Amino acid sequence: MTAAGVRIDPPRSPSTRRLRGRTNTELYAWLFMRVSGILLVVLVLGHLFIMNILDGGVQRINFGFVAGRWASPFWQVWDLLMLWLAQLHGSNGLRTVINDYTRKDATRFWLKMALYTASVVVIALGTLVIFTFDPSIS
Amino acid sequence: MSTPTTARPAGTRTRLGGTLYRGREGMWSWVAHRITGVLTFFFLFAHVLDTALVRVSPESYDTVIDTYKNPFVNLMEIGLVGAVLFHALNGLRIVAVDFWSRGPRLQRQMLWAIVAVWVVVMVPGAFFMFKHSFEVLFGAG
Repeated sequence: MTAAGVRIDPPRSPSTRRLRGRTNTELYAWLFMRVSGILLVVLVLGHLFIMNILDGGVQRINFGFVAGRWASPFWQVWDLLMLWLAQLHGSNGLRTVINDYTRKDATRFWLKMALYTASVVVIALGTLVIFTFDPSIS
Repeated sequence: MSTPTTARPAGTRTRLGGTLYRGREGMWSWVAHRITGVLTFFFLFAHVLDTALVRVSPESYDTVIDTYKNPFVNLMEIGLVGAVLFHALNGLRIVAVDFWSRGPRLQRQMLWAIVAVWVVVMVPGAFFMFKHSFEVLFGAG
C-alpha cells in the first residue's frame, strides 16, 4: 500500500502532548456527537417529515397548530429533547469549526463566547417556551 | 485500491496523494458535512427565536410565520431538508466508519449508498414539499 518514502501515522494515534495527563473532554465530546447524532436522526427527520410532508408544511402553521401540538406531552418531550440535543450537537460542531479556522487567540476566544452565549439563550428560551406555553394567551 | 509502488519521474504527481483522502470522496463528504452542519445551526437559531413568539402573542407569531408562506421560502425549506438529510445520512456513515470493523474499508461505497438514498428520498420529498407552491405559481386546479 505504501509508496516508497511515504509513511502515514495510523489515524487517532495519541500525540505526545495528549499522553501527558490531560483530561478526556474531547473524547466525551466526540462520543456525544455520535450518540446525539443517532438520536437526532430519528427526532429531526421525524419532525421534518411530519411537519413538511404529512401536515402540509408551513402553509398550515399558525398559533392554533402549535397549541394543538403542544397539548400532547409526547410532542412536548419530543421537542424538548430535540432542542437540547440539536443545540448541544450544533454548538460542539461550531466549536470544532472555530478551532479549525481561527488563527488569533483573541478571535477564537470571542467567537466561542458568542457561540456559547447564543447556545445558552436558545436552550433557555426554547425550554422556557415549551414549559410555559399558554394556549389561551391573548 | 492498489497503488503503484514503482518510482515516478520527478515532478509528476504520485497517485498516492490523490487516492487516499485529499480531493476524493472522503474529503468532499467532510466538506459537505461541515457546510450542511453550519447552515443547520444558523437555521435552528432563527427557528427557536421565531417559535418563541408563541409566548408573546398569537398575532405576532402568525405575522412572522405568514412571511414564510411563499414559493421562495418554500425553496429554502427544501434546501434545508436536503442539507439536514445529507448531514444525517453522512453522520450515520461516520458512525459506521468509527464503530464498525469493516466501516473504514467501505467508507467510499457507503458514501455512494447514502447519496443514492438521498436522491431517492429527495425527489418525492421535494415534489410533495413544492406541490402547494406550484399550484400558487401556475394555478393548477
